[in-house]
Amino acid sequence: MSDLETFRRETRAWLETNCPPEMRRPMTSESDTYWGGRNAKFSSEPQRVWFERMRDKGWTVPDWPKEYGGGGLSPAEHKVLREEMAAMGARSPLSSFGIWMLGPALLKYGTEAQKKEHLPKIAAGLIRWCQGYSEPNAGSDLASLQTRAESDGDDYIINGQKIWTSYANYADWIFCLVRTDPTAKKHDGISFILFDMASKGVSTKPILLISGYSPFCETFFDNVRVPKSNVVGQVNRGWDVAKYLLQHERAMISGTGERGIGRPLGQVAADSVGSDDSGRLDDAVLRSQIAAFDIDEAAFAAVAERAVDLAKAGQSHPAFSSAMKYYGTELNKRRHEILMSAGGIDALEWESERSRGGARPRAWLRTKANSIEGGTSEVMLGIVAKRILDLPGA
Amino acid sequence: MALVLTEEQSMLRDSARGLISDKAPVSHLRHLRDSKDETGFSRELWKTFAEMGFSGLLVPENFGGSGLGCVEAGVVMEEIGRTLMPSPFLSTAVLAASALSRGGSEAQKSAHLPKIADGSLLAALAIDEGAKHRPLQTKLQAMRSGNGFKLSGAKALVVDGHTADLLIVAGRTGGAPGERNGLTLFLVDPKAKGVAVERTVMVDAHNAARVEFSNVEINADQVLGEVDQGWALLEGVLNIGRGAVASEMVGLSEEVFGRTVTYLKERKQFGKLIGEFQALQHRAAQLYIDIEITRAAVLKALQALDGDFDHASAAVAVAKARAGTTATLAVQEGVQMHGGMGMTDQFDIGFFMKRARVCQELFGDSNYHAEQLARMKGY
Repeated sequence: MSDLETFRRETRAWLETNCPPEMRRPMTSESDTYWGGRNAKFSSEPQRVWFERMRDKGWTVPDWPKEYGGGGLSPAEHKVLREEMAAMGARSPLSSFGIWMLGPALLKYGTEAQKKEHLPKIAAGLIRWCQGYSEPNAGSDLASLQTRAESDGDDYIINGQKIWTSYANYADWIFCLVRTDPTAKKHDGISFILFDMASKGVSTKPILLISGYSPFCETFFDNVRVPKSNVVGQVNRGWDVAKYLLQHERAMISGTGERGIGRPLGQVAADSVGSDDSGRLDDAVLRSQIAAFDIDEAAFAAVAERAVDLAKAGQSHPAFSSAMKYYGTELNKRRHEILMSAGGIDALEWESERSRGGARPRAWLRTKANSIEGGTSEVMLGIVAKRILDLPGA
Repeated sequence: MALVLTEEQSMLRDSARGLISDKAPVSHLRHLRDSKDETGFSRELWKTFAEMGFSGLLVPENFGGSGLGCVEAGVVMEEIGRTLMPSPFLSTAVLAASALSRGGSEAQKSAHLPKIADGSLLAALAIDEGAKHRPLQTKLQAMRSGNGFKLSGAKALVVDGHTADLLIVAGRTGGAPGERNGLTLFLVDPKAKGVAVERTVMVDAHNAARVEFSNVEINADQVLGEVDQGWALLEGVLNIGRGAVASEMVGLSEEVFGRTVTYLKERKQFGKLIGEFQALQHRAAQLYIDIEITRAAVLKALQALDGDFDHASAAVAVAKARAGTTATLAVQEGVQMHGGMGMTDQFDIGFFMKRARVCQELFGDSNYHAEQLARMKGY
């Protein structure tokens, strides 16, 4: 038996023993996700148990080095773990922008001191991070951001405003893009800096969205003092870090959605639409749409798997995460359009017991942001055209 | 298993690509078409295929082949797709070799498989009857007669049927059209009394035939697999064929796309390269993404066929359906972005469009496989 097969067998046994049954069911509400942080509370005992067991194995971040609180797994072992978790429907024990976005950037660009300071706290779910990228006048054109960081001895003084900061009102720390050289060309005067959201001068204001939820905030900086040692990478070279992080963010967003978990979409649709005598969905056009969706979803799952394997083999293009982000988000929007169509009148209820507080229409509306956040679909296609296909112009 | 080619598979791809791009570029197909070639493919090139071990790729080693799998067959099919090379590879090396090695008796295997591997036997699978691929609807009658059967009926789109030395024919020994039970596969000599083969030159200048059977006498030892129980064998062989054709479509799509992107970087209008226009950039990017996704889905299906054959149907349906829609989009965008030049026979793009249309229909189009997937998923 190969080492990998042994690992798979042991992993399966460990998961069987340690993953509580409640943590093997599809998530149905926001509180099913554990985000960690200074003020985190577990929504249930199984959630706590599951998180702590995984944390103790370093499996909140299975592929990070052990010295930073990770599991030290090889890419092949990490894939096995993911496969085994997926096979039993095990939930992710910890959701975190620290894991998905900041961690990879720190591992590549951080100093040893920064890694030692921040990575173990991310792995252990002690600090919850948010991302200070977009500004009111810097959306798709992110590099035109204006938040200033002015030098004052060993510190920077930061002034400005961010927008669409996910969960800024719950976050402990922020990784933030600031302009450290206003005279340089727009991509060249940006730095990537970390600071505590409890710092004097930081304030947040949630933004009410069409879904009725407020997952995003406006974030204001009024003379916030931050040590210069908190800059990640070189001063004025923050755009390199930002872009690298965006690749991970896009890979993360492309995976949004509940792919392959729970009942097939066609059966969910049959609950409300009904079926004919031979078991076919009672709406031929919707049935075709679902079948087309299922084909694309299965194919997308294959490309997601292949992207990881290609990266492992050193054969992937760094801009491919833009391709994944484009397709994954458009696919997720399609899924929710189908769910709304399948739900019909039932899916229109916004405030009722039966609709679990309008969960379906709210989720549907939330997905509309997928193809905007982290770079719009149009920006993604532009990146693919220029960086992968090498098409001319702009 | 990693969803990338292994080193050995990459080497196979390189050697197939080297041979095919050298000996059979698109001009090879063009020449065969324009000269109204009798065979419609190069027998000499098929000999070379055999010498390089391609014809025996799926033939078990003890019958003179190399006993490789569907991923390897797909690797060769993809290269065939890039240049549209007409070749008995699909009909003989993929379909017939699979049918015989999966369903044949020792005697049948010994009689045919070594000849497939050495390139001396050409075979064809005769399944389709109506305008669309509906294998369960097979009507061709196989009436019991003495120790054997008498076949009566007609088959269409028999790939390479015009040159086949051996036909593998699906017929009904029982049950009604639409039923699984009662299907049987037969090995038929095309020269047997009552068999009429009409070569049908197809839109893509590839080779197929219509074959009529009138009271063709068959011995019991010409049954491939079990009487009445041929469906599982047939479905398995068809799945291998679907994976292979899906691979061909990936190669075809990528080639058309590559040629189109090159054209976007050369053609100037309004004082600019047309590839500078965002309307075209975004469409090109979408097509690139579609092709990459389809490539992954097809490799997934081929690996499933090699790994867990009996549970590969869903992955195969996904692959064939995706490959069909992707290839259709690729050739349509290819012609459109080449503008008027794309409409000319002088440019090769049209050849790809024609071949893609045939590949769509082969062993079930995208709609067929969407329907199959919906049934498998219970809605």
